[in-house]
Amino acid sequence: MTEAQIYGICGAGLVGIGLYGAILGRSALRRLLAFNLMGSGVFLVFGAIARRGGIVDGTLSDPVPQALVITGLVVAFAATALAVALLIRLAAVDREEAPPSAEPGSADAPSVATTPSAGSPSAGTSP
Amino acid sequence: MPEIPLPDPRWADLPLAFAVLGLALWLTLTRGDRAAVIGFTGYGLLVAVAWVRLGSVDVALTEAALGGGLMGVLLLTAVARLGSDIDQPRPSLPGDLLIGLLCLGVAAGLAVVVLGLPSSPPSLVAAVEDHQAATELGNPVAAVLIAFRAVDTLLESVVLALAVIVLWSFGADRAWEARPRALDFGEPSPALVLLARLLPPVGLIVGVHLFWTGADHPGGPFQGGAVLAAMALLVWLARLGRPPPVTDGFTRLGIVVGPLMFLLIGLAGVVLAGAFLGYPDAFTKPLILLIEAAKTLSVAVALALLVAGPPALSGALSMRRTGSTETGAKA
Amino acid sequence: MMALPAAVGPWLAGPRSAELLFPILALPVLGLLLAPLLGARGARLLALSSLSVGLALALACAVALVAADAPLVYALGGWTAPLGVELRLDGPAALMLVLTAALLLLIGLHAAGEFNVRVMGRRATLAFWMLLLGVWAGLNGLYLGRDLFNLYVAIEVLTFSAVPMVCLKGHAEQFGAAFRYLLFALLGSALYLLGAGLMLGVHGTLDIAQIRAALDAAATPPGGTANAVREATLAAVALMSTGLLAKTALMPLHLWLPPAHGGAPAPASAVLSALVVKGSFFLLFRLWLDLIPDLPALNVGLLLGGLGVFAILLGNLMALMQARLKLLVAYSTLAQLGYLFLLFPLASGTSGGTAATAALMQVVSHALAKASLFLIAGRILAAFGHDRLGELNGFGRVMPLTLLVILAAGLALVGLPPSGGYLVKSLYGGAAAELGAWWWRPALELGGLLSAAYLARILAVAVRPESVSVTASARGHAVTAPLRGLVVPALLAGCALFLGLVPPALFSLMDVARPGMGSAAAVAAVMQSALTPAGFWNSAGPAMAVALLIVLFLGAGESAWGRRVAVVGRGLAGLEAWLRQWRTAGALLLCLLLIQGWATVA
Repeated sequence: MTEAQIYGICGAGLVGIGLYGAILGRSALRRLLAFNLMGSGVFLVFGAIARRGGIVDGTLSDPVPQALVITGLVVAFAATALAVALLIRLAAVDREEAPPSAEPGSADAPSVATTPSAGSPSAGTSP
Repeated sequence: MPEIPLPDPRWADLPLAFAVLGLALWLTLTRGDRAAVIGFTGYGLLVAVAWVRLGSVDVALTEAALGGGLMGVLLLTAVARLGSDIDQPRPSLPGDLLIGLLCLGVAAGLAVVVLGLPSSPPSLVAAVEDHQAATELGNPVAAVLIAFRAVDTLLESVVLALAVIVLWSFGADRAWEARPRALDFGEPSPALVLLARLLPPVGLIVGVHLFWTGADHPGGPFQGGAVLAAMALLVWLARLGRPPPVTDGFTRLGIVVGPLMFLLIGLAGVVLAGAFLGYPDAFTKPLILLIEAAKTLSVAVALALLVAGPPALSGALSMRRTGSTETGAKA
Repeated sequence: MMALPAAVGPWLAGPRSAELLFPILALPVLGLLLAPLLGARGARLLALSSLSVGLALALACAVALVAADAPLVYALGGWTAPLGVELRLDGPAALMLVLTAALLLLIGLHAAGEFNVRVMGRRATLAFWMLLLGVWAGLNGLYLGRDLFNLYVAIEVLTFSAVPMVCLKGHAEQFGAAFRYLLFALLGSALYLLGAGLMLGVHGTLDIAQIRAALDAAATPPGGTANAVREATLAAVALMSTGLLAKTALMPLHLWLPPAHGGAPAPASAVLSALVVKGSFFLLFRLWLDLIPDLPALNVGLLLGGLGVFAILLGNLMALMQARLKLLVAYSTLAQLGYLFLLFPLASGTSGGTAATAALMQVVSHALAKASLFLIAGRILAAFGHDRLGELNGFGRVMPLTLLVILAAGLALVGLPPSGGYLVKSLYGGAAAELGAWWWRPALELGGLLSAAYLARILAVAVRPESVSVTASARGHAVTAPLRGLVVPALLAGCALFLGLVPPALFSLMDVARPGMGSAAAVAAVMQSALTPAGFWNSAGPAMAVALLIVLFLGAGESAWGRRVAVVGRGLAGLEAWLRQWRTAGALLLCLLLIQGWATVA
C-alpha cells in the first residue's frame, strides 16, 4: 500500500469520526473540535491525492492540492476563532441577561408552542 | 564510511495512521474538555508528521503552526473561559448507535471512493513545472498560491481580515474602545515571563526567515506569519505587552495592508501585464516578494488578534470555576 | 443597436467585454478592505457608493453579454484552466449580478437611516456595512466562478459575512442562533470541499466546463474505467450537493434558519432570506445542470423535488402557526425555497429550459417579495416595539399603507397574475405537463393556497378593531416609522407583483450561453393567458376562497372544530421542532448524503 492510500483511508476515517462528534458532541466546544477533526480528514484526502499525483509523475507531491489545503487551513482557523468568540460571548451575555439557561447548540426542547426559539427557553422579543 | 541501513520509512505509516485515528476517536469520546483540547494539540503534531510523509512539507509547516499550535492556544482559551462543563443528559443509545452507523457508512463509502480513484490520473504536476519558471519562484506551492491561483489566495486573505473585524463586532457596544481581554488570565508565572523575554527575538528571526525562504523552499507568508503571531501571543500572555484597542488605526492598517497590497498590485497588473492578478515580466519576483512581505505582516497581525478575542471591559469575562489552575479569578 | 460612445464601445460590445468581469470581483473586495480604515462613519458612504458603481457595472455586463451572445470568459492572471482560475459570465449569472447589486443597494438605502453611528453606535454600524460588502463580494464570486475551489472560497466569504449579521444587535439568543448557523454552514462547506477534492483527484482539474467535457467523453466508450470515472464524479457531486443543501436550508436540514432569520435585525434578515440562501442554490444549479451531463437519468431529481414539496407544505403550515411576524416570514422563506427544488425533477428534455426559467424567476420574485416583507416587519417592530401577532390587532387601521405593501408582497408570493409567483407556478406547471409528470402540480397549487392562508391571517389581524396597545404605540409611530421607510419595501413589492408585465424580450437575457432555454417564448406564452379575466379567476379564485375560510375560522375561535385543528397544529409543530434538533438534523444530513450517493451511483 502506498502512503497515499494509507493516509487517504485515514482521512476518510477522520471524516466519519468528525461527523460523529459534530452531531453527537456533548458540548458546543466538542462539536467545534469534531468539526476540526473532520476538516483535517478532508485535508488528508487532498494530501493523498497530491501524493498520488506525485508518485505518478516522479516528484514528491502535486503542488496544487497542497496550495488548496493551505488556503483551507487558514479558513478553518478563522472559522474556529469566530466560533470560539461566539461561545465565549454567549456565556458572558447569558450571565448578564438571565439566569444560566440551556447551552447553545444543545437539543431544542420539543416546543409544542408555536414559537420556535434558538435553544434558550426565553424566546422573548428579539429585534 | 559504511552505510547504516535505515528502515524503510513506510513502516511508520500504518502505525502513524492508526495513532491518528485512535487519538481522534479518543478526542471525540473522552469526557473532559480540557483533556480533549490538550490532546488536540498533540493530534495536530501527529497530523503534521503525516503531511511530511505525504511529501507536503509546506502543508506540514502550516498544520503544525496553525492547526496544532495556534489552534491549541485558541481552544485552551475557550476551555478556560467557558462556564459550565455540565454533562448533557445522557442521550438515547439507539440514536447514538444509528448515527454512529451512518458515520461509519459515510467513512466506508469515502474510503472506497478514495481507493478507487483512477490509478493513472491526470495531475497538474507537469503543468506547474512547465510554467513555474515564469514566476521565478523555486517553491512550486508558492507559485501556485501567488501566481496561478492568486485569486483564491487574495479572497482568503480578505476572509482573514474580515474575520478579525467580525470578531471585534462580537464585543459589547460599550467595550468598543477597550482592548481584547481573552488572554487576560491574571498574574503570569515567572517561568512564562522568562520564556516571553527569551523566545520572541528568536521567533521573530525564525518567522521572517520562514517567509523569506518560502520563495524557493518550503515555507512562506502563512507559516512565517503564524510564528510571528505566536510570539505576539506569548508576549500578551506574559503581560509584557497588551493587545491593541480595536480602534487603533495602525492595527487596522496592519490587518488590511496585505490583501490591499495584493489587490492593488493585481489591479496594476491589468495595465502592466494585461490581466488582473498578472505580473509583468520585468518585475515578477520583486512584486511577488513585496506582496508576500505585506501578507506576512497581515497574517501575523490577524492570527494574533483572532486568538486575542473581541474587546471587553475588565471583569466581563469569566473563568471556569471547576478545575481551574489559574489563581486570581477575574482579571 | 443604439449608438455607443466610441470610448465605451470595446467593453460594451467589443472584444474587451470580458474585462468587465474582474471589476465585479475587485470592487466589493476593495470596499471591504478600505472600510476598516475609514471607520464606522465612512463605511456607510463607502458601501452605498460602491454598490451604486457596482450596479452600473452589473448592467454593463448584462448589456455586453447580450451584445456578444456568447459567454464572457476571463482568465485571471492570464493563466487558463486547469492550472489557473477563470471567470465566466452567462445569462443566469448576469441576471443574478444585477439582482444582487440592485437589491443590496435598495436594502442599504433603506437601512442607512437605522445603521448609522448616531443610532446604532460604531460597532454595529461598521459591522453592518462591512458585512453587506462581504455578502456582495461572496455572491459575485459565486455567480462568476467556474472553478470548484474558487467557488468554495467565495462560499466561505459569503458564510463569514452572513453569520455575523444574525448577532449584530448582541442579544443572547442571537449569539446562539449565530453559532448554530455557523457550525451547520461549516459542516456544509467541509462536505463541499471534500467533494471538490475528489473531483480534482478524478479529473485533474477543478474547472466545471473541463469536467463536463471529460464526463461527456467518458460516456461514449463502454468499459470499466469510464464507468469508474463517472461513478467517482457522481459520488463527489453527492458530497458537494449535500453540503450545499445544508447551506440552502432545504427542509429537513433547516434547523438553523428560523432563529437566524427571525432574530436578525430586519435589513439583515432581508439580505439573508433574499440573497444569501440563493447563493448556495445557484451553485446547486451549476452542479446539477452544468456539470452533470445527464441529470434526468439519475434518481436524484426525484429526491430533491420530493424534499422541495415537503418544504413547501411543512414550511407554509408552520408559517401559518407562528405567533411572531418575523418567524412567520422566515418559515415562509423555507417554503418558498422548496419551489426552487422543483427544478431538478423537471429539468429534462425540451421542458428543461422552462423549468430553469421558472427556478430563476422564483429566485428573483421571492428575493424581491421577501426583502419587502422583512423590511416591513422591521417597520412594524419599530412602531410597536414587538412583532407578536396576537397583540397587533388593528395595526392595519393605524398604518394602512404598510398593510397595502404587505398585501402586495404577499400576493406576489401567493402567485396572483401578473406577479412573479404566477410566472413560476405556470412555468413549472407547463414543464410538468410536457413531461407528463402531473404529480408536481398539486404541490404548486397547494403551496399557493397555503401562502394565501397565512397572508389572510395577517390581514385578519390587521383589520380587527384596534387594541389599546396598538393605539398607544401608534401615537408615536410617525416618529419611529416615518413614511419614507415605506419607499423601498413598496418598490420591491411592486416589482414582485408586476414582474410578469416585464416585456418577454428582456427575459432572453437568461438564454445567453444556455442553448435550448427559450425563456422569452415561455414567459410570453404564460402571460398571454394570464391577463384575461378567465385566467385571472382561475388562479385567484381558489386563493380567495381559502382566504375567506381562514378569516371565518379565526373569527369562529373556540369552536370544537377549531380545537381539533389546533391539536393537529400542535402535533405538526412538535414534529417540526423534533426536526430542528441537532441530532435529528445531523442524522438526516447523513442519510441524505448516503441516499444521494446511492441514487447517483446505483
